[in-house]
Amino acid sequence: MATPLVEMRNISKRFGGVQAVDDVSVDLYPGEVVGLLGHNGAGKSTLIKTLAGAYPCDGGEIYVNGERAIIETPRDARSFGIETIYQTLALADNLDAPANLFLGRELMTAFGTLDDDAMEHEARAVLHRLNPNFKNIKDPVKNMSGGQRQSVAIARAILFNAKILIMDEPTAALGPQETAMVAELIQQLKKEGIGIFLISHDLHDVFDLSDRVSVMKNGRLVGTRQTSKVTKDEVLGMIILGKLPEDETADDLASLH
Amino acid sequence: MPDLDKTMASDADTEAGQSPLRLSMMDQFSRLTGLDSRLLAMLGALLVIWIVLNIMTNGIFLTPRNLYNLAVQSSVVGVMATGMVLVIVARHIDLSVGSVLGFLGMCIAFLQVEVFPLGAAWNWPLTILLGILLGAVVGVWQGAWIALGGVPAFVVTLGGLLMFRGGAFLVTDGRTVAPLDPTYQLLGGGIDGSIGATASWTLGLLAVAAVAFFFLKARAKRARFGFPMKPLWAELAMIAVWAALIIGFVLVMNAYNKPRSDIPRGIPVPVLIMLAVVIVMTFLARFTKFGRYVFAMGGNPEAAALSGINVKRTTIMIFVVMGMLCAIAAVITTARLNAGTNSMGTLAELNVIAAAVIGGTSLAGGLGTIPGAILGAVIMQSLDNGMVLLGVSSAMRQIVIGLVLVAAVWFDVVYNRNRR
Ligand SMILES: Nc1ncnc2c1ncn2[C@@H]1O[C@H](COP(=O)(O)OP(=O)(O)O)[C@@H](O)[C@H]1O
Ligand SMILES: [Mg+2]
Repeated sequence: MATPLVEMRNISKRFGGVQAVDDVSVDLYPGEVVGLLGHNGAGKSTLIKTLAGAYPCDGGEIYVNGERAIIETPRDARSFGIETIYQTLALADNLDAPANLFLGRELMTAFGTLDDDAMEHEARAVLHRLNPNFKNIKDPVKNMSGGQRQSVAIARAILFNAKILIMDEPTAALGPQETAMVAELIQQLKKEGIGIFLISHDLHDVFDLSDRVSVMKNGRLVGTRQTSKVTKDEVLGMIILGKLPEDETADDLASLH
Repeated sequence: MPDLDKTMASDADTEAGQSPLRLSMMDQFSRLTGLDSRLLAMLGALLVIWIVLNIMTNGIFLTPRNLYNLAVQSSVVGVMATGMVLVIVARHIDLSVGSVLGFLGMCIAFLQVEVFPLGAAWNWPLTILLGILLGAVVGVWQGAWIALGGVPAFVVTLGGLLMFRGGAFLVTDGRTVAPLDPTYQLLGGGIDGSIGATASWTLGLLAVAAVAFFFLKARAKRARFGFPMKPLWAELAMIAVWAALIIGFVLVMNAYNKPRSDIPRGIPVPVLIMLAVVIVMTFLARFTKFGRYVFAMGGNPEAAALSGINVKRTTIMIFVVMGMLCAIAAVITTARLNAGTNSMGTLAELNVIAAAVIGGTSLAGGLGTIPGAILGAVIMQSLDNGMVLLGVSSAMRQIVIGLVLVAAVWFDVVYNRNRR
């Protein structure tokens, strides 16, 4: 098989007394969507935040395109083409959409000042592509609707030619129509060869979109399966019981309903 | 991704209520002028304060002489308030600015009078330079405790309030240092510390031209990109308002004559220093990465860090800027007093913080403007100046200024609550 785009090996992360992530290994191939599933508090966000450079991990290694990658800051992650849509969106509410899109990598004029007009120009283009009705992009994002804020967070991740995209509960705040938009966007990005970690606590959000699912429970990896080879019930069993499909008994599956 | 366009015609946009019909008159007005409603309220408050004080003082308040003094008095607080805006926007506070002013002022005066030969032409510029450098060092010291040590700014600068006041005493063991270099004294805006009628007019007209140039240039650039624009008349009206303010200011400053003569004073040097500081600080806040990062950190510190912003370095830089501004304020203060005394700047932190907050800087962080802080400084100084004219005792004045500070923060809280 080809080299994986990303390989996270034996990642661990502890917060005080909480072992948030415990010896978890996952990988991701180009053009692939890997669904990362598990209850709230399972450690999904923490795991991908170590890939995004938000926290250094306590143990484990990350490989990008088969090479060891040292990711200690968000800047490091970006330099490997890793872009993240955080569960919290991570927007500066007081700034407008262009300022948020380019935060940390502003476009500058020849005089070394912020080129707000160029940033607004690019922002209008990308946001219009996502949402043609998006007009008030110069407002502070706190004045925007949940869907618009989500669009800004998504636009920021796809603006810079990401190779690896992390989407942490990207549809949590969205209505059905906007959720469909995100699904379509994911298909589109997949075709461009981008690898996507799609994180959700809800199986139904992820099942139809992902090529494989990795399930976490209490900080540990339960297992990874090809989506086409398992049923929703079997994955539900992994999430709730923490058992692999082959270990799940008929009683177990019955107890889920 | 052209095929996405169809699916995204969502209804989410309507929630934000951008239809111009639904905007109130006030909102429309602030949108056209680019001034927020809060700043406009403060401008209104200033007008009311001026009119009331003018009536109560039988017309003394709004004389050129008093307005000239008011402008000079506002400059020290104004200079420091521009830095306090950045500090508060980034969700910090600096309680030490008055003491740092005192300490740096003593250092400058001591160097000028007792270390370097008084009368040498290089003496006073060098002491200013060293003062500003020392201000930057003070900023690194306090900023490092806050950013690297993780000690809240409230505590670090409360400690600084005490330490630098002690430092101000230790420079000369409490002795007052005087007199200072005669040229240096001009920076304080004394009898000769203004630039005269011709230079004032020249500067004023240049400023009007610059305002018109920048407004129209920004407009041309937006037009080139095809962005939505304000109506041309709104833009021209704004230029006209600015021009009227600038020319009015020059007229008033030129209407106050030097003692026993009919030679107009013109714009005082300390006010020019403050205006230069305002321009530099506005540039820093609006057109540099540093300024953008300060506001991002204030809006959402976590988002700022996740965006790859070096939050620690930016925090230290904020306090370095604040320290350098304290040095500039110390220069104006010592030049005005023609002396260095260890009590200079006592309680100035209150006026500076109040000026920033009155001028629309939110203690919740992320919100504030440099021109607003100057407006705040002028409001604070107007109240103080008016009460002096009315013969209000200094004890009473302290009570009023304290009340104004609390009321301003209360206004900030209520204003923020109503917008949620
Ligand atoms: N910054 C943090 N500090 C302390 N504990 C944390 C922090 N972030 C997450 N945790 C804890 O780590 C565990 C995993 O959380 P998280 O990764 O957010 O789970 P998920 O995204 O799967 O819902 C939880 O018990 C949570 O309370
Ligand atoms: Mg999570």
